[in-house]
Amino acid sequence: MTIALEPAAPAAQGDRVSLLRVLGPAHVWALGVGIVLVGEFTGWNFSADKGGALAALIVCWVVGLLYTSVAMIDSEVTSTVAAAGGQYAQAKHIVGPLMAFNVALFLVFAYTMLEVSDAILLGDTIVAKAGVEGLTHNSFIAATIVVLAWLNYRGVLMTLNVNFVITAVAYISIVILFFSVSPWTQGAVLKLNELVTPGNALPYGWIGVIAAFQFGIWYYLGIEGTTQAAEEVRSPARSLPYGTMAGMITLLIAAAMTWYVCASMMPWEYLGITYYPLWDAGKLTGSPLLENLLFVATLLAAMASANGCINDAARAWFSLGRDRYLPTWFSAVHPRYRTPYRSILFLLPIALAFAFIADLNQAITFSILSGVLQYTFMSINIIMFRKKWPLGSIRRGYTHPFHPIPAIVLFCLCVVTFFAIFLGFGSQLIAMVAFYFLISLWFHFYRYKFVRRGDQFTMPWPKPQGY
Amino acid sequence: MSRYTPPEQSKAGQVFDIAVVVVAIFVALWLPLKLGLAGAAKSIDALDAKTWEALGQNPTMASIWEKLGYTPETAHDIIQNRFHYVIDWPTLIIMAAVLIGYFVFLFRASDREYRDVINEKFDDK
Repeated sequence: MTIALEPAAPAAQGDRVSLLRVLGPAHVWALGVGIVLVGEFTGWNFSADKGGALAALIVCWVVGLLYTSVAMIDSEVTSTVAAAGGQYAQAKHIVGPLMAFNVALFLVFAYTMLEVSDAILLGDTIVAKAGVEGLTHNSFIAATIVVLAWLNYRGVLMTLNVNFVITAVAYISIVILFFSVSPWTQGAVLKLNELVTPGNALPYGWIGVIAAFQFGIWYYLGIEGTTQAAEEVRSPARSLPYGTMAGMITLLIAAAMTWYVCASMMPWEYLGITYYPLWDAGKLTGSPLLENLLFVATLLAAMASANGCINDAARAWFSLGRDRYLPTWFSAVHPRYRTPYRSILFLLPIALAFAFIADLNQAITFSILSGVLQYTFMSINIIMFRKKWPLGSIRRGYTHPFHPIPAIVLFCLCVVTFFAIFLGFGSQLIAMVAFYFLISLWFHFYRYKFVRRGDQFTMPWPKPQGY
Repeated sequence: MSRYTPPEQSKAGQVFDIAVVVVAIFVALWLPLKLGLAGAAKSIDALDAKTWEALGQNPTMASIWEKLGYTPETAHDIIQNRFHYVIDWPTLIIMAAVLIGYFVFLFRASDREYRDVINEKFDDK
């Protein structure tokens, strides 16, 4: 993703950002898959802990349906609202400033906590590989977050081009592992029938399947990040739907391969607690080459994801400052590197703090919570979008089929996921929603007075119906 | 409709607003961790006989555990550490009420602000 930010103008004149339209569908694919692919290397397997190996497969498919709905809806809205900020820009134009403020916060927390999870995974993987007594992951976590923040501070073009390469390497490692274990035969390396039996497939019954939704989200969390590139793609109408849907197909294939290999090589009790299921699978093949390949791929996937997350979170925070939803101090652009450096620096200590006080599944849950709140918004947003600008009233880059079925499916699956989170992290969910509630009151009754009203609507559309 | 001109915020005001946001973030995310409120109810259903059979592991499973470096004794706490899913109805009702209340407020307050935006944007033309 190539982002060129112009130096900030005085706040009174409004800070503007100019973005280069240089991206194609492949870049959109790389942006989405780069952030998400780490989910195959860790996180998804905690759904096996919640409900057993079969529950992890069921949620892989059902949550895949949730994300297919997300991708369909997102492709239509973003190919039409081709403005930087993705869902934030959508909310500004379709629902209103307060919703946009909340959506930006959802994005910032989902991506920052995903970055935290990536850093923890990277640190733990290195510590496990080193096998040195007394070695802790703290220095590796700090180094990962600081170095990647520094790369983002200096400019993102090179780092995101590197992201494309390391994402491809990590993905290919899953394919290599899959074909190395002779997936067409059972009994030699893979022993699915002996590891997933009628007696242990669903150890908690169907309540375990519902509980597994919480971490099933991790298979695909972040694919919606493709929309952050809306203003930088050469042809939003073509690139965004193709790139996003290709990303979803890629991830569905990777998720299915990952589940099949891991569930066929590890008892579900172990699969549910390990931090590195694919690396473990590589070890269990007995091949040092595969073991080392999966070790490196785990690190690369974590780095690619963290890098993309820092980029996207900082841009969302920057947008809040630029639109005066937060102090304009955040909207400053580095005069030399043309990056939103204050936003990057502001989010750095927050990521560091949570990397040290939260463990991996807590950080993942923070990220999932903000993600699910955002998907709930998206299911309602598309209904409002079609109502305010019916088909034919404005030019849409892409029109998703079967409306409103994807929106209804998405909403229902979000409700199920909220219930799943309640089964493990109910207090956390209440605390986070209370935070969003209080910060919304702060915005609506105080901060909104600093916002320029008419400037929030920049699309060349007719007046929405009903207003 | 006349164009709304927002006030300019002082540096001190900006610093104060940043502090408010930072404190809110840490209270919301850090406090539940500190109070031990995050995490599902998992507990170890201890067994007296610590054998692979007693732990419900067939020979294939047992061989993989051993390949991973575990014995029945060391694997016991992993295998027997189970969730006990209990629906706490009062908490569930509070959670649902908080979520619904949040979204209702969000859409209604957003709509009021959106009308300001639309009125100013389209009355300019």
